[in-house]
Amino acid sequence: MKYAFSFLAVITLIVIAGLGSQVQGMQYLFGVALPYLAILVFAGGFIYRVVQWAKSPVPFSIQTTCGQAASLDFIKQSRLECPNTTAEVVARMILEIFTFRSLFRNTKSEIHDGPKITYESSKWLWVFSLMFHYSFLLIILRHMRLFLNPAPFWMDWIEFGDGIFQFGAPNVYITDATILIGLVYLFGRRITNRHVRYISLINDFFPLVLIFGIAVTGILMRYFLRTDIDIVTIKRLAVGLVTFSPVIGTKIGAIFYIHLFLVSTLLVYFPFSKLMHLGGVFLSPTRNMKNDCRAVRHINPWNDPEIKPHSYAGYEDDFREFMVEAGIPVDKELPAEKG
Amino acid sequence: MAVPKLEQLSKSVVQGPSLATGAIPTRDWMDIPVVFKEGNYAYPAKKDKVEYLNSQKGLHFPNARVWSPEDDDWKLPENWKEIILSGLKERLEKFRSLKIFMDCCVRCGACADKCHFFLGTGDPKNMPVLRAELLRSVYRNDFTLAGKIMGKMAGAREMTVGVLKEWFMYSYQCTECRRCSVFCPYGIDTAEVTMMLRELLHLVGIGINWILEPASNSNRTGNHMGLQPHTFKDNVDFLADDVENLTGIKINHTFNRKGAEVLFITPSADVFAEPGLYTAMGYLLMFEAIGLDYTWSTYASEGGNFGLFTNNETMKKLNAKMYAEAKRLGVKYIIGGECGHMWRVLHQYMDTMNGPADFLEVPVSPITGTVFNNAASTKMIHISEFTADLIKHGKLKLDKSRNSHVKATYHDSCNPARAMGLMDEPRFILDHVVDWVEMPENTIREQTFCCGSGTGLNTDEIMELRMRSGLPRANAVKYVQEKKGVNMLSCVCAIDRATLTSLMNYWNPDVRVCGVSELVGNALVIDGETRGDLEDGLRTML
Repeated sequence: MKYAFSFLAVITLIVIAGLGSQVQGMQYLFGVALPYLAILVFAGGFIYRVVQWAKSPVPFSIQTTCGQAASLDFIKQSRLECPNTTAEVVARMILEIFTFRSLFRNTKSEIHDGPKITYESSKWLWVFSLMFHYSFLLIILRHMRLFLNPAPFWMDWIEFGDGIFQFGAPNVYITDATILIGLVYLFGRRITNRHVRYISLINDFFPLVLIFGIAVTGILMRYFLRTDIDIVTIKRLAVGLVTFSPVIGTKIGAIFYIHLFLVSTLLVYFPFSKLMHLGGVFLSPTRNMKNDCRAVRHINPWNDPEIKPHSYAGYEDDFREFMVEAGIPVDKELPAEKG
Repeated sequence: MAVPKLEQLSKSVVQGPSLATGAIPTRDWMDIPVVFKEGNYAYPAKKDKVEYLNSQKGLHFPNARVWSPEDDDWKLPENWKEIILSGLKERLEKFRSLKIFMDCCVRCGACADKCHFFLGTGDPKNMPVLRAELLRSVYRNDFTLAGKIMGKMAGAREMTVGVLKEWFMYSYQCTECRRCSVFCPYGIDTAEVTMMLRELLHLVGIGINWILEPASNSNRTGNHMGLQPHTFKDNVDFLADDVENLTGIKINHTFNRKGAEVLFITPSADVFAEPGLYTAMGYLLMFEAIGLDYTWSTYASEGGNFGLFTNNETMKKLNAKMYAEAKRLGVKYIIGGECGHMWRVLHQYMDTMNGPADFLEVPVSPITGTVFNNAASTKMIHISEFTADLIKHGKLKLDKSRNSHVKATYHDSCNPARAMGLMDEPRFILDHVVDWVEMPENTIREQTFCCGSGTGLNTDEIMELRMRSGLPRANAVKYVQEKKGVNMLSCVCAIDRATLTSLMNYWNPDVRVCGVSELVGNALVIDGETRGDLEDGLRTML
């Protein structure tokens, strides 16, 4: 039901943009006003969320050590899994953010008769997540051609690499296929993997379906509905948007407005959703802290100096007689016996 | 409640209808209420223990009362909901980890089958992600825009008594072992979530006795067992006598001695209960062999810290004794014995909470001259670091054949492995004292499985749960027992020594449990010794 709802929501969005953009005068809303609003909400929301996170301190040094720590000189430190210098932490974070290091460790466990528990390497999630994220990134970078005039030099490299198979006309981009494959896998496992199925929320299906909608409308525009689309007019609109002088041309079909509206929805949805893992992964204390907490004191800004131990004096008062009798040294001797 | 027979439980974990074995519950998890019955919960804290802790300066344990999880009415304070929500707000402001971990989870499920509680019980709410959702759903409802607008559709739900009961159930079916955090692509650490849940529950007077009684004992007497100074001394003296009887080496140990070079602190279980006793005998023997100038303390006679399982204030207060005692005695630095959660506190919290220890010196081994720069600020080193260094410099005379009755394997305790990175020091020691083998790679080092009874869950009334959650560990031991003839499970954790013993007795009856220092003690050759052939090492009955 949760995924059905997500489809319904995205279909509704498509219908709104498809019909709405055909109403005279509404092109401005879908082509200019909503994109501006979406960018504002995205940027403002993203910054707000990161600032909100940063406002809370990291009171304790809680890194997760995934390898041998730096200790004695004859013990080999695992510098990437258990970093104790800033450079090593940066390297660990790069591995985490750019190669999804932790996901690479994934295993699948099964319980067999005996009982016997087995663990086998399970890298599919890692493979398809990487495929999805990198495809998405490259597609976003490719789209920069629309906004930048002249297009920067690296644009040609990306487009050359992405279209290296050189078939179809226009030349088919690999990322257009791989983002769809990635999305279908990520969606499919939410239905078929029993653990994930049970925990999935609408919040998990909706962004997948939404991005799927964006990818499909984009692909339709590039490969199938080209007669509807005048790329020059679209580029003029895009450049106009970034230079704050947007011009709505007449030769733009509904499919473009649908695509743009879905993108706007994604931008607005982003800061209020789990998609903020993009920002959060940088700030995760278990990954971005040095394992040097016995060598360098970590400061907790709200450490309460008033919390003191049950005092030794109080302890000795409680047990002095026993201590003296047992020959344990005391700070204060027993009072001399009377009489 | 009686623990089920081995055959029964062996079948149940494989064939019982659970998410781990393939059955998907038909109802949404939010619609499944928790049911408490004898055997599935640890007993609530006794009223007088809670009152005692609440009376201590700096601690806050309000709403002490007699209550039972099985009752419908938990006698919560009237404004319990307000207490919980304002407590959550306060913690969101104090802990960035909590905020990030509430916001970033994408429910990818990578953590799901990494949890020993999930593998052993198949209960969906024991998947780390769902354990966190128990709190996250409430967080969404009251602290996020999406949750406020979309409500249940966005995975939000209102804080109710039912939710509170669920928190109690599942925050005490997590041992804060952090295995899930190794696999999470955002490093989300369920231990942080469980800690917050437990802190919040204490605000409305909900806690378990197995944690709060040791915590209050530790505050007053210095140790969990509540051993008073003379009894603590008697116990250590007794062990020293045993060592002398076995080896002919007279142990010259002292208590509360001012001016000693080193203060030695270990979990009190080591001087109190088998098989920890033999580990303690190992410490005594090794310190004697090298002539270390050290003292025990009866005031700081507990290495463990059940405050870690309670709230950060209690952790700080209990831990503070170590530095206070080191300062009072005027020692140069502290050596800590083998313990898991103790070392999480010492490595990741002590200096922050109770430092700076500027009255101590950077630890230097008096025997080898090695400077322990990795502890330059805390001034506290792990016995395995100290011992490994001695061995490396050839300062211990070791005869491996004295452990020929042992074929060992090594269990990485959760905290030294994942919250400290202490993995190869104990292995280096083992290489020199015993014939040993590793367990399968997905069950060791940073992927090690918890004993199933950490964070104060080593209480007998939940024995079935413990045997279930310990199954992944027991299973890995069984593998090396069958393939490699392992008969000893070594570790560097006092809770492990107790809990793994129960676990082995249940799943793998022929495997015993020991501390690494016991194996060192067994293998030590000391000038002037008169030991005969100790066929069972320090455990030999004379």
